[in-house]
Amino acid sequence: MKFEEFKKPTWFQMNLRAVWGRAYPRIIGVNRELSWVFFETVLPLLGVAAFVYIYKALEAPPQYIGYVIIGGAMTAYWMNVLWSMAAQMYWEKEIGNLELYLIAPISRMSVLGGMALGGMFSSSVRAISTIVVGIVIFGISLSLPDPLMFAGIFIFTMIALYGMGMMFASLYMLWGREAWHMSSLFTEPIYLVSGFYFPVKGFTTMLGNPGTWIAAGASIIPITLGLDGMRQCLYPGNTDGFLPLWLELAILMVLSVVFLFLAKYSLAYMENLGKREGRLTMRWQ
Amino acid sequence: MARYAVEVKNLNRTFTTKAVRGKSKKEIVKALNDVNLTINEGELFGLLGPNGAGKTTLIKILCTLLLPSSGEARVLGHDVHKDTNAIRQKINMVSGGETSGYGLLTVRENIWLFSQLYGIPSKEANRRIDMLMKELKLEHKKNSKVRTLSTGLRQKANMVRGFMTDPALIFLDEPTLGLDVNASRLIRDFIKNWIREKPSRTVLLTTHYMVEADELCDRVAIINDGRVLACDTPDNLKKLIHQDSVLKLEIRQVDNVTAFENIAGVRNFTHSNDMASGITRLKFILDDEAIVADIVAAVPKSGSKILSVQKTEPTLEDVFVALVGRGLTNHEV
Repeated sequence: MKFEEFKKPTWFQMNLRAVWGRAYPRIIGVNRELSWVFFETVLPLLGVAAFVYIYKALEAPPQYIGYVIIGGAMTAYWMNVLWSMAAQMYWEKEIGNLELYLIAPISRMSVLGGMALGGMFSSSVRAISTIVVGIVIFGISLSLPDPLMFAGIFIFTMIALYGMGMMFASLYMLWGREAWHMSSLFTEPIYLVSGFYFPVKGFTTMLGNPGTWIAAGASIIPITLGLDGMRQCLYPGNTDGFLPLWLELAILMVLSVVFLFLAKYSLAYMENLGKREGRLTMRWQ
Repeated sequence: MARYAVEVKNLNRTFTTKAVRGKSKKEIVKALNDVNLTINEGELFGLLGPNGAGKTTLIKILCTLLLPSSGEARVLGHDVHKDTNAIRQKINMVSGGETSGYGLLTVRENIWLFSQLYGIPSKEANRRIDMLMKELKLEHKKNSKVRTLSTGLRQKANMVRGFMTDPALIFLDEPTLGLDVNASRLIRDFIKNWIREKPSRTVLLTTHYMVEADELCDRVAIINDGRVLACDTPDNLKKLIHQDSVLKLEIRQVDNVTAFENIAGVRNFTHSNDMASGITRLKFILDDEAIVADIVAAVPKSGSKILSVQKTEPTLEDVFVALVGRGLTNHEV
């Protein structure tokens, strides 16, 4: 057995490889299990279709069909963050991967970063499919007069959203084996308060000031402002926006930094606590 | 000067169990109790003990997965508390019954994934994977999905993962647990060859299997209830207990055994005849092992021929029972 020496990578290169390594199963998984593409795209579309037909029956303005399709596309990311980011570390512990990640000479953030990157890729397949089906079947029309602003809103929504997922990953570990039930708890209520199927400004229209506070509170979840911002970008001139676009972008930037910092902090805290109390090594906790 | 691969001083580790509401109080469990141990660089060192003895806790501390409650532990000269990253660059770990990896990926892809955590360039990683798979007779499964592998094949894949980083120190926690005879033998041979190739390589092996420890290890520590009860070479450990040496012979049936009755150095002699098979069985308890030749020489004098010879000596299992007060299997039941 001959082990060739290789040039020792820099800390950055090493972590970049770790990110790519951890992203790989998620990226390759999309191609490898084609049945997933069906279940991940066609079935969620049925839920979206229900809202589309309701709006059509109510003769709502045509952009509302677009709002639902965009919301339906973004559910892919939210589900991915809840089930494949937040709950993932717990499962990594259960199957024995976590120990191997923790004894590797890399930043733990690169493992979570790889999970996020791979998750974004696989969710994008579903999101793009939803948009394409929306255009083809429901005949929605989208315009993009300011692609830079759209890109900015989307990118910072992703960073903040997955940053939040990375933070949850550590918190779920601390909360123990029951924590993943939180994912179930967070699914439907967030669909409602984040305005997945209607603009969040609708809360203000329906409930007045309390509705505004609900929308403001929901804005802590990056997808709320991300959705609202993207809808404003794709349907320019509409009056359904919750906050001015520039402000939404600025808040998303701040949320990105805050969540990434909290993710790093909670990960270090989790690891340290785990090493002291043995939580990283004992399964079923 | 010989360096220590592992140096453990007055190491203690306690766990606090969770209280169940209304039923019990929090309990403090002492997993390691004042452990002192050194493992030399280049040594194949065995930790032998029953379930719950503290073997895995010790390994997890040395792997930087757990902190000691008190005491000191150094791995390859680095403190497990302060220099975690320096340790992690030089070690790896394989556990028996490990189910790591992702079932969707092939064996090769899974191992490649873990190689990326150590910054090994893909080309070299793939070369090492091929080489190790060949050594462990796993080549034919390299493109199979991990979830389709049997326990034995899966463990071989785990071995490839662990050894692929060419660690200076590898922790093998029950690496042959649940494997069949052939797979276990292959893994044991692999470990022996790996350490023989480079004198600086060190292995810390935990095992339930006494024969495995006896066959593989340069030195063995017997651990029970978090304490190291003895630590030495297998041969020296066997000398710790004073057990009779027994010589058993099967010879062609003879009616007269007087030739065996007054051999000097034999403390006790018994015999029995098996009329059906025409065999006489002789059993000697020896005071002096040097007299085996005299006994063998007495066989032709009695007019018979030797059919089989068996000499029983103390095993590590005997040492374990003497030190711990029970066997490994008793505890597991």
